[in-house]
Amino acid sequence: MSGVRVLVGTRKGAFVLTSDGTRRNWQIDGPHFAGWEIYHVKGSPADPNRLYVSQTSGWFGQLIQRSNDGGKTWEIPSGEAPPTFPARASNKFVYDTSAETGKPLTTHQWYDGTQHPWEFKRVWHIEPALDDPDTAYAGVEDAAIFRTTDGGKSWQEIPGLRGHGTGPKWQPGAGGMCLHTIILNPKNPQQIFIAISAAGAFRTDDGGKTWKPINQGLRSQYIPDPTAEIGHCVHHVAMHPSRPGVLFMQKHWDVMRSDNGGDLWKEVSGNLPTDFGFVIDVHADQPETIYVVPIKSDSEHFPLDGKLRVYRSRAGGNEWEELSKGLPERDCYVNVLRDAMAVDKLDKCGVYFGTTGGQVYASADAGDTWTAIAQNLPAVLSVEVQTLS
Amino acid sequence: MIRVELPMHLRTLARVDKEVQLEVEGKVTLRSVLDALEARYPMLMGTVRDHVTQQRRPFLRFFACAEDLSHQSLDETLPEAVVRGEEPLLIIGAIAGG
Repeated sequence: MSGVRVLVGTRKGAFVLTSDGTRRNWQIDGPHFAGWEIYHVKGSPADPNRLYVSQTSGWFGQLIQRSNDGGKTWEIPSGEAPPTFPARASNKFVYDTSAETGKPLTTHQWYDGTQHPWEFKRVWHIEPALDDPDTAYAGVEDAAIFRTTDGGKSWQEIPGLRGHGTGPKWQPGAGGMCLHTIILNPKNPQQIFIAISAAGAFRTDDGGKTWKPINQGLRSQYIPDPTAEIGHCVHHVAMHPSRPGVLFMQKHWDVMRSDNGGDLWKEVSGNLPTDFGFVIDVHADQPETIYVVPIKSDSEHFPLDGKLRVYRSRAGGNEWEELSKGLPERDCYVNVLRDAMAVDKLDKCGVYFGTTGGQVYASADAGDTWTAIAQNLPAVLSVEVQTLS
Repeated sequence: MIRVELPMHLRTLARVDKEVQLEVEGKVTLRSVLDALEARYPMLMGTVRDHVTQQRRPFLRFFACAEDLSHQSLDETLPEAVVRGEEPLLIIGAIAGG
């Protein structure tokens, strides 16, 4: 019997929602890590019972925990404690500034245009490797990418990203300078896509040694040079695993598409009522079917007209249809944050998203109808889905 | 034995009751107590002081014997009552309102 596990990160803990393949009845388990901000929870494609969680706090900093039983129990991967110095720990994210790895730059642009030191704040996104449960990537604020190969006991920066040359032009968005998107190419292990607010998207073709900006075609009126190589506030990027060269992007404003791995982007906002938003995702079986949740504007982070709607394009963009059956028709002023949408692999494709109002909505028919499967959680930061066989 | 009282979230993390007791060799200072705390409970590494700077996290304070020790040198000897185990060293988180 197939089933679905929805991993929800919120401002005050993590929740695991489970259902059988019918997706009619849901059990809510949690809060795990009660009181902590959970930016992301994600399972390993190589071992669905191995989950990683990014747990963060203004008081106590960053923690990484993992589960080996699908979220029933959790543990801090034990590193090496003192007196082994330097102590290694699962929550130790230290930027690499060594000459041996290219001595990455140590400052980036601050809000006021001055240079500012790189300072680790939190992990926004954890992307487990496709083939090894002990290997995972972490996207962090201030923007950098780290990797663990020992199940989270220790993390090392992949320094080529910050070291490739454009770092001094990166600047924080309103939410901080976060590396929030990591996409692994299932057909080419050497290729990784990442995105940073507000720097743009980047790609490596050699396993992380070298990186290049992939922002040609983006146009952002809010920066001095709207077509600059760096400085675009990319909110999220999605890819269908069967077509790694095709990328979809929800930018600050504009929904974009690339058919050549990010070398060139074109706008596909089409008939969307507003093309501001945070999430974007791709149908599990139909690589040209994509989903966004339009948000009114960058200063009004809620749906147009107080009506929560998902928009679906079956043509890879440009032509969009409104999906609202089962969603609030009025007085809805929540936001849907960048990592808070995911899809399952069942027939028909399930689509899930969480809101800052604490609702998690699910559609078991590819978006045609929606049901709230959780209604009163803390503000949702992230949603991931595991399809279980 | 040096007694240390942890805030709730760190007690949960270390799976201990409100107070822990630590053997501290040599001079009893904030640094030596925190070293002993992290050695006994490695899951607390990085939660009280930053991994890189070793500075106290800004929303945490150290108190003992009704004194705020947060701004004293990490290498200054703690009050005699703490050294003798009569009083705990308190690690306290800022109160969150709203």
